[in-house]
Amino acid sequence: MAGLLRICTAGSVDDGKSTLIGRLLYDSRGVYEDQVRSVQIASRSRSAGPIDFSLFTDGLKAEREQGITIDVAYRYFATARRKFILADTPGHEQYTRNMATGASTADVAVLLVDARHGVRVQSRRHAQIARLLGITTFVLAVNKMDLVDFDPDVFDAIRDEFETLLPGATLHAIPMSALHGDNVIGLSERTPWFEGPSLLDFLETIEVDRNATEKPFRFPVQLVVRPSHDFRGYAGQIHSGTVHVGDAVRVWPSGLTTAIKRIVTWDGDLDTAFSPMSVTLTLEDEIDLSRGDVIAVGDVEVDCGFEAQVVWMDERPLNPARVYLLKQASRTVTAEFSRGLVLNQIGSVAVTAAKPLVFDRYVDNRTMGGFIVVDPATNFTAGAGMIGEPMRAHAAATAQPNAAERLARLARAAPTDAHAAEAVRRALEEMLT
Amino acid sequence: MPLDHLRALEAESIAILREVVSEFERPVMLYSIGKDSSVLLRLAQKAFYPGPIPFPLLHVDTTYKFREMIEFRDRSAAELGVRLIVHTNQEAITNGTQPFLVGTQRCCGLLKTRALLDALQAGGFDAAFGGARRDEERSRAKERVFSLRDGKGQWDPKRQRPELWGLLNGRIQPGESIRVFPLSNWTEIDVWHYIHAEGIPVVPLYFAKEREVVVRGESLISLEQPFVQLLPGERPEHIMCRMRSLGCSPCTGAVRSTADTVPKIIDELIAVRQSERQLRIIDHDQDGSMELKKREGYF
Repeated sequence: MAGLLRICTAGSVDDGKSTLIGRLLYDSRGVYEDQVRSVQIASRSRSAGPIDFSLFTDGLKAEREQGITIDVAYRYFATARRKFILADTPGHEQYTRNMATGASTADVAVLLVDARHGVRVQSRRHAQIARLLGITTFVLAVNKMDLVDFDPDVFDAIRDEFETLLPGATLHAIPMSALHGDNVIGLSERTPWFEGPSLLDFLETIEVDRNATEKPFRFPVQLVVRPSHDFRGYAGQIHSGTVHVGDAVRVWPSGLTTAIKRIVTWDGDLDTAFSPMSVTLTLEDEIDLSRGDVIAVGDVEVDCGFEAQVVWMDERPLNPARVYLLKQASRTVTAEFSRGLVLNQIGSVAVTAAKPLVFDRYVDNRTMGGFIVVDPATNFTAGAGMIGEPMRAHAAATAQPNAAERLARLARAAPTDAHAAEAVRRALEEMLT
Repeated sequence: MPLDHLRALEAESIAILREVVSEFERPVMLYSIGKDSSVLLRLAQKAFYPGPIPFPLLHVDTTYKFREMIEFRDRSAAELGVRLIVHTNQEAITNGTQPFLVGTQRCCGLLKTRALLDALQAGGFDAAFGGARRDEERSRAKERVFSLRDGKGQWDPKRQRPELWGLLNGRIQPGESIRVFPLSNWTEIDVWHYIHAEGIPVVPLYFAKEREVVVRGESLISLEQPFVQLLPGERPEHIMCRMRSLGCSPCTGAVRSTADTVPKIIDELIAVRQSERQLRIIDHDQDGSMELKKREGYF
């Protein structure tokens, strides 16, 4: 077996994404007969052919009634060659946050476009989000090829346009009809000019970047385990790398050096552990570590300030005058952001945290370089960020304005005096509470 | 060599368990006695070792569970030395609530959802672990690992928080709580493979043997509860069968099967084309049944 593959799918509203997934699940026996039957009954009241495959994935009543997909749905299927976890993400613009969610853990993105419409704004956007979230393997499913008479020129034009959108990524384009099953499981006779492989064949055999065990060792402490005064262990999940008993490690943000004494698990002590295992480590020296600290080998970034690409996922815009909560690895801190963003906007932002974070750049390590932004007023997960360059000390100092500078900046940015007064009033309230 | 699929799932679930214990004041584990609960319990042992499991178990007892389930529950809790809270909506039972009299929707509403919400409130629990998996049912496929519930335990599918990179947002307002699903990414077959690999004990009802049942449509229904009466033309039969999913005996059908060991169950699942909840009557009592129950506060 080639191991687990995590896939996310993206496309515009009517590109037939749910149909493709339903087809994939049905043909690879990922759905059960009673689910097929309940879908056959429901299909009679709609108009998508004998079996409406999208009904397998549209789990909510509102979705089935409106024929749209609202939220990420996770699907699980296995073939003789591989196990798959599939995040089916909606295509509506207002749910772009779900696209980012699905892409954050995916190895491969399958992007759907309608052969009749070509590459639309939303397809571009989804491709960019998936690329930004670190996906390097893409499948472009050019769907509804039956409606353009399986014309290879149409297919080539769409593929060529897409290739320019995804620099640094590999792209496998497939001419397809999800509804009729062309090139989904096997190769279609209706596209003799397509050399393959089919979608399932490609997904079953693709090698994805899984060298997380060879990256530098990173272990954010989740929980200190102290069942008695003679045992003090640090429980967590290995985010990257491999660790052995006796390895010299450093603990951050203090930077102190120690060595691994034991790797403790319920199944017995281990000599070696690697990502993504959840273990409990004990250390040779008595160092006071707590949740949020990181045990690591090699250089890590430790900084309060850094540049990040932030995806905003909340209807309440990101407000640079407010203080938010930022969670990265196992640490939660308060943080400020250098600029505003509105729902679905993605932008480069300078982030200033109240306490130093221990991180890697996102391109080097997805789970050590990704963070979420929580609005303390609503507790909603309002944003997601990918860390780029650390600011280093002097740059961070200039990026962290004092209270007066912040108020002045707010007042200047407001379109009218009334707005300025209101913005300053609110900022003051937040500073004082 | 990448970490084996099952061990990767195990590691992810353990990380979720630890995250909840770190971020919440009063977690509790919903213990339904089924195979998923058995797996969850083993994962909890692993997550906090060498410490004890740092939260109690809560069983919402409708009083209509199979006898073998209750025996298994009490034995397991005693062996693990965990605190077990058993809660029953006694008022509803006293008023004669049972599925054939008040209907399955109302019966579940009173004996499961209401009882669960009361028990969570009585214990002041701010986080409750459940063994639900996304592959079980289509509305569950939309569920988050941390599922936010309002003061009444209700789920709002349109207000779900995005979950990226396994970063879980545990911030709640007073009165709100979360349901936590550490087995979200497991499938039914993963659960059985893990039970086999780990030698985890499960309720004997999962294994095939001859049981006295009445055949109703596609379901084989147990006659354990006295109010499950034979209808005209029906007679009790002895049939080789087993349970794929455990619930209340009047509402959980057995399947014909000869699988009497875990490996045989796994072989059977690979061959079978019916979902495990097919014979759970409560999933099919109305359109979007599970979604409605979840919105009202069910798991």
